[in-house]
Amino acid sequence: MADIRFIQGNEACALGAIYAGCRFFAGYPITPSSEIAEMLSEELPLVDGAFIQMEDEIAAMAAVIGGSLAGKKSMTATSGPGMSLKLENLGYACITEIPCVIVNVQRGGPSTGLPTSPAQADIMQARWGTHGDHPIIAVCPSSVSEMFTETVRAFNLAEMFRTPVIVLSDEIIGHMREKIVIPEEGEIPIVNRKKPKVSPEEYKPFKGEEDYVPPMAAFGEGYRYHVTGLSHNEEGFPIQSGELVHQMNVRMHNKIYKNLDKILKNEVYMCDDAEVIIFAIGGSARSSKGAIRHLREEGIKAGLFRPLTIWPFPEDELRRVCSKAKNVLVVEMNLGQIVFEVERVLGCTGVRVDGLFDSSGEPFTPLSVANRVKEIIKR
Amino acid sequence: MSSRYEIRLSGSGGQGLILLGIILGETASIYENKNAVQSQSYGPEARGGMSKSDVIISDEEIDYPKAYNVDFLLALTQQSFDRYTREVKKGGIVLYDSTLVHSPREGDYRLIGLPLNDTAIKDIGKSMVINIVSLGAIVKISNIVTIENTEKALLKRVPKGTEELNKKAFYAGVNLAK
Amino acid sequence: MGVNYHEYLREKMMPHIWCSGCTHGIVTKALIRAIDKAKLDKNKVVVVSGIGCASRMPGYLDFNTLHTTHGRALAFATGVKLANPDLHLIVVSGDGDAVAIGGNHFIHACNRNIDMTLVVLNNNIYGMTGGQRSPTTYEGDISSTSVYGSIGSPVDVVNLALGAGATFVARTTSYHVQQLESYIYSGIVHKGFSVIDAVSACYTAYGRRNKQRYKSSVDMLNYMKNNSVNISAAREKNPDELKGKIIVGIFRDSIEPEYCEEYSKMVNKIKSR
Repeated sequence: MADIRFIQGNEACALGAIYAGCRFFAGYPITPSSEIAEMLSEELPLVDGAFIQMEDEIAAMAAVIGGSLAGKKSMTATSGPGMSLKLENLGYACITEIPCVIVNVQRGGPSTGLPTSPAQADIMQARWGTHGDHPIIAVCPSSVSEMFTETVRAFNLAEMFRTPVIVLSDEIIGHMREKIVIPEEGEIPIVNRKKPKVSPEEYKPFKGEEDYVPPMAAFGEGYRYHVTGLSHNEEGFPIQSGELVHQMNVRMHNKIYKNLDKILKNEVYMCDDAEVIIFAIGGSARSSKGAIRHLREEGIKAGLFRPLTIWPFPEDELRRVCSKAKNVLVVEMNLGQIVFEVERVLGCTGVRVDGLFDSSGEPFTPLSVANRVKEIIKR
Repeated sequence: MSSRYEIRLSGSGGQGLILLGIILGETASIYENKNAVQSQSYGPEARGGMSKSDVIISDEEIDYPKAYNVDFLLALTQQSFDRYTREVKKGGIVLYDSTLVHSPREGDYRLIGLPLNDTAIKDIGKSMVINIVSLGAIVKISNIVTIENTEKALLKRVPKGTEELNKKAFYAGVNLAK
Repeated sequence: MGVNYHEYLREKMMPHIWCSGCTHGIVTKALIRAIDKAKLDKNKVVVVSGIGCASRMPGYLDFNTLHTTHGRALAFATGVKLANPDLHLIVVSGDGDAVAIGGNHFIHACNRNIDMTLVVLNNNIYGMTGGQRSPTTYEGDISSTSVYGSIGSPVDVVNLALGAGATFVARTTSYHVQQLESYIYSGIVHKGFSVIDAVSACYTAYGRRNKQRYKSSVDMLNYMKNNSVNISAAREKNPDELKGKIIVGIFRDSIEPEYCEEYSKMVNKIKSR
């Protein structure tokens, strides 16, 4: 019998983590993500996993990296104010190539902002929040089921590419309850990090293979290696040589940007004949689908382009899908962020890009999105 | 024609509206193989203040998770009645508590006043089961899910040892709405 | 039998970055001897550090080594230990790293009583960044950010550890090399969170600026020698007599429930339900 449940997005995220093999969680309480920590504090001990509530968000991110280095699939969950603090060690996880998952259930900001209301204003923070050049993967669930499946995908990508992956959710998706059919064991493939096949003497923990990804040994497995947040060589030791530093940064960039086919994922909904395409993620994508329903009833050809991977940005696919459209409307719960990426990508194609922005903490209603579409096609 | 049915449960914090929404959602999604979404909006207070819980039930995929063209409004306070009747669609249903809502305004909707709170207090002996009494009334009036399936979902959800009490409250609500 | 240091060092990483006159090397050797004496499996030892001169130590040691962000070493180490309690965790930290930027982690690591050993290489200064005042800089002393003399009394690492609940707390100096080795060893074999405040010397960034006390780097060691008072002797003295003194000894050695063991007990209990 299928395991059908009616649960919150945050709960589905926790269950997805367990399904993906997550066995270590470190966190700090914050609305609207706390249900993830609460559920994992209950679930992890039952599967011989470890849960710890740390003294602050910074420590939680540090502990997650430690847990992953000790060989456990590791995760933390937070919201904007906590994400700001996690960025320090997120950068560390990037340069040291530590697989881990960070869930950001977005709420209104800046600062403490609107703790119990949704926003999508951390999109650029996810990409550029921590200092220095580094690639990042961020996935965007839009339903309770996707909170489960995208968390699994986040772990798979983290393990496949030895990289932190952000699950960029929002309060709408995190807190709403919806029907979910829990996948059976084996239904979604699970990826585990590559282990070294060479002896400890030959092991270079930061030497990429053909896919640019270095195999990763866990601490305690006999490979005594060094991990540092300083720019380092393939053996992991600090270096000053500008050339080698650049090479390392480029390899880390390539391991994401040369593997886009394994990372990108989009939903393209009713775009084939669409004259106007709505670009939206997460909660806003649901409002937009509602709007498309209304617009189609009125004979207006509207469609939806919804990236499930928002970083790296789906440049080619967006260009392809929008090639025949006249207008693109970017709907986001902020004052205009991802619209700049869309403009950058579609800039020279002749498609007109407009936005619908709001930071009130109230989700867009389908009618407000539909009205904006009518406005822009009238011009 | 869309089968989307929007229910808004409104009142004050502590009246159990979120649980009420969950039971409706579970009935539809687990026992009737429909789709359902429940969401809520809330402030920082754990008790008191305005409380709102939306349940959308549909045979199709549900996109927007909040109610904006309400088919059925439950209002358990005057404040929530005043605020949310505006969003009820033409011909929708407004069920209100006939003692907690003292001046129900007429509109383009079907207005039904029932002594939900009094029934919880007098018949069951606990005002806190107002949500379960309301559940019985909502199911009976709306027919959106069956009484039998709702009873199953209710009994699975409530704490052990309180099944009889809740069942009694549920059927008190069903009978009120007859 | 002497310890074969070569066995524990990554010699290709030499020369190290520490200045002549720095006593971090003395602490490093004491740590190696303590690990050797405890007969730990090198593959199971994890040495974690934050940022600063002291934090470069793990890079020179042939263990699993983790050089993290400023102040956060204990939090990283907590994750490693909880994820694999079979590993032996040793954290090395400078004074700024441990009790300024890492103060919150320090307090909670002490309180959590997770089985790991923290060695604070306490040289009273931010050496790597150019000799700025640290939380343990003595009142009136000159640093590059207290050019007219440091205001306020320094943080006492031992008292902080005691107050926060660390179950093994000791202090000695890099002059007292045998005691240093012995305290680190005791910390390693102690089941619970142990703190060793290892007073270290930075002549380049600290001593040179405070010539009233130190004419040379050797003076800094002599100062440790002449101003250290054992805890039992200190108990007999009044506060005035102890001004400017370094009280050395074991301040606490007690057994309390250890975090990983308690977690494991909890798991077994709920799984047997």
